[in-house]
Amino acid sequence: MPETAPRLRQGAGNVGSIGEPLTRREGPLKVTGQARFSADNLPPGTLHAALCTARIARGRVTALDVAAAERHPGVVAVMTPDNAPRLAKDPDAKDGPFTFRLDLLQNASVRYANQPVAVVIAETLEAATEGARLLAPRYEAEAPRIGLDAEAPFKPPGVGIGQPPDEGHGDVEAGLAAAAQRIEAVYETPAQYHNAMEPHAAVAAWDGDRLTLHTPSQGLTAAVGRLAGLFGIPPKNIRIESPYLGGGFGSKGVISGPQVLACMAARLVGRPVKLVARRENMYGPMGHRAETRQTLRLGADGAGKLTALDHHTLTASSRFDDFFEPAGGVSHTLYATPNLSVRHSGVRVDTGTPLFMRAPGEATGSAALESAIDEMAIACGMDPLEFRLVNYAEVEPISGRPFSSKALRACYEQGAARFGWEKRPREPRQMRDADGFLVGWGLGTATFPALMFEAQASAELRADGSGTMVIGAQDMGQGAWTALAQIAADGLGIDIDRLTFEIGSSTMPSGGIAGGSAHTATAGGAIHAAGQAVIAELAQIATTDPASPLYGAGNAGVIARAGRLIRRDDESRSESVGEILGRAGRDRITGTGKASADPAAQKSYAMHAHGAVFAEVKVDPDLGQIRVSRLVGAFAAGRVINPRLVQSQYFGGMIWGLSFALHEHAALDPRTGRFLNDNLAEYHVPVNADTPEMEAILVHEDDPHVNALGVKGVGEIGITGTAGAIANAVWHATGVRVRELPITLDRLLG
Amino acid sequence: MSIPLTLTVNGERRDLVLEDPRVTLLDALRERLHLTGSKKGCDRGQCGACTVLVDGRRVNACLALAVSLDGASVETVEGLAKGDALHPVQAAFIAHDGFQCGFCTPGQIMSAVGLIREMREAGEEIDVERVREGMSGNLCRCGAYAGITEAVVDAARADSASETREKAA
Repeated sequence: MPETAPRLRQGAGNVGSIGEPLTRREGPLKVTGQARFSADNLPPGTLHAALCTARIARGRVTALDVAAAERHPGVVAVMTPDNAPRLAKDPDAKDGPFTFRLDLLQNASVRYANQPVAVVIAETLEAATEGARLLAPRYEAEAPRIGLDAEAPFKPPGVGIGQPPDEGHGDVEAGLAAAAQRIEAVYETPAQYHNAMEPHAAVAAWDGDRLTLHTPSQGLTAAVGRLAGLFGIPPKNIRIESPYLGGGFGSKGVISGPQVLACMAARLVGRPVKLVARRENMYGPMGHRAETRQTLRLGADGAGKLTALDHHTLTASSRFDDFFEPAGGVSHTLYATPNLSVRHSGVRVDTGTPLFMRAPGEATGSAALESAIDEMAIACGMDPLEFRLVNYAEVEPISGRPFSSKALRACYEQGAARFGWEKRPREPRQMRDADGFLVGWGLGTATFPALMFEAQASAELRADGSGTMVIGAQDMGQGAWTALAQIAADGLGIDIDRLTFEIGSSTMPSGGIAGGSAHTATAGGAIHAAGQAVIAELAQIATTDPASPLYGAGNAGVIARAGRLIRRDDESRSESVGEILGRAGRDRITGTGKASADPAAQKSYAMHAHGAVFAEVKVDPDLGQIRVSRLVGAFAAGRVINPRLVQSQYFGGMIWGLSFALHEHAALDPRTGRFLNDNLAEYHVPVNADTPEMEAILVHEDDPHVNALGVKGVGEIGITGTAGAIANAVWHATGVRVRELPITLDRLLG
Repeated sequence: MSIPLTLTVNGERRDLVLEDPRVTLLDALRERLHLTGSKKGCDRGQCGACTVLVDGRRVNACLALAVSLDGASVETVEGLAKGDALHPVQAAFIAHDGFQCGFCTPGQIMSAVGLIREMREAGEEIDVERVREGMSGNLCRCGAYAGITEAVVDAARADSASETREKAA
């Protein structure tokens, strides 16, 4: 960036500026059914494909009745390991931490239930579906390993994406020995499946060695790279269109096997192919949140200050690939203690490979840690909020670094005030409602790191005062279409209705990954930089042109607003983009920008969003039925680009936390490794009537260090804190501590 | 096998010849009539993303065989707006941020339109809990329920007010 680049006054004066609660830019398309999701594409001549999937969890396919499927009217081809296109690269080859092994019909082995073992391609969906059924695979089955006790635990090479499995400082055993109060508790969280409403769909068409693919992707550039490697073609030959994702939650962060199978099927038959996963197809090859068993040991002195925190996680990855849920990460961040130990162990099981799922690590870890903190507060005879304040981390516990900003105290204060926490009786089973239900109140602290990936954007500002911003960003519902457009309009100094905004195609500059709650910071940062580049050039022209009222102001002496450059020290002197460009004989200025993490800032500061979630539950004392009746979350996550969308993100996250606490649980038969509930009726997620009154307080937080925009990200933090708050509220209502999630009535009464 | 079939879709007569009796109403709409607003989230009546109105009644289009509906009238999300003028329920969903990813939204909106009619016909009071229950056949994994409920309550109240005005007039 040139030294003289103007400092934009973000949020100042453009229609639709940063901070305004705009409704969704793509809203009219979504409410009229015109938003074109991947499966809504049907190029001429498209064939339909259906997956035939494994009904065993381990072994190999010995026979498929291909002839029966081929005889079915409308079936065009059956793709099996015998005829599937050979790939340029072994799909089991790993070339980076984001490359996951895929099952692409390159052999007959079965590594998990619901693994695709064949694809039937037909003129109609009905014929393809029936053809897949007719294949009636036969197997040589081996006994599967399922569950956390499947084998002796081992130390995984890393957890999450390349994080060390063990970290800590001090001497936990000594800290526990010196404690006045100690607790040890084991918490279990089940396997969970993302279950985005939109199943993974792929509509693939080849033209020679060029591929056009309509498929939902949270990371277009990485998806192109993966496909280019597998098919042995240059990335530029691949175009992925993904303007709208019907939810992702991490499951569309890397391209899944079935999406690649659609491309292979299209190549096999030489026609476009549409393959839309059935709901049950999504329980296996598309990742999940792995189960955990977390053992927390805490000690506190007579004043309630933690003397030790030991957080051990046992989790499971697949037999053939690595993703170990980094559940202990929250203990790096939240509470001050002189002795800290965070450790992970793993086992390998015969399931699909786990993957990042909304707040990977933080969701599972926070559910356990926040319950343990509650138990420790009770053991110390302290109010849970008071206990948390006594153990407030002024610096990041694991690293000793200062926080780039941390308004957690304000979150506690504002949330508690709104919720009425001060009226909470210390002892359980003290409150009942008018119907005689037991009422309980619980608290959980929320936290999520402020991450940053890499992105580029390109911008154009035209003499008529309109502008364009292009970036291959992805909107999976978090609001990128709107929030990023607000950043773009401010970056170009124009009103948002003069902005053409384009996202969602791999042909655009890379928008990075829509994940890690980092997309607004990353893509927004690139957009901001691209806008700055354009305005810097415009300012250079104006301030060196003696005919301009801005002449001599210097680049830093002007601001861009509503299609004009304005002298910073005298706002009566300004000029429109058109006037400036007109004299220069130009009709437009283009520019590019990029964003990535600032290593110096990251080394100096710990960067996290924080929050506090307060929950009220009502429990039927006879039946054990639990309802969450109230949720108040107060969150501080840096600058808010669009408060309407941020509130929705918090609500969504809190509902995921509620779901984590009370609903979600993937059940596998340990004998067969097959799912008992791979559908949306039996895998419970909250419905409207399960959802309580909710409030989300957007706590003010300025962060000058985190990134250029001061944005921390809001997509995942809502889950963290919430599950623990609800578990704690259930204890407060009933006096029963359920440490195995979800808390179902049998566990509560049992 | 070819099966002739006539549907009235969003007020327009559509003649179809199905080659297969297994075609659901949802797949007929999406893959044959290219009305892709109605979504497929589960294909077994569990998620509600395919909700449409058949003869005025809420139906999971994935559970209805098209051939069983010869002569029926079908309303889908594509038929609600009049030109650029959104249906009040559509406008309310935008105003209350009743969606995030938007995938369940067509089903939510059709379910809301159906529910508001049901409540109106039954002379029910517009009650938040009633709306939550009545909208609970439509899953939203993004968790936009607060906005959905507000939108439906608002649209139902506006509908009720207009009904009162009609009666008065």
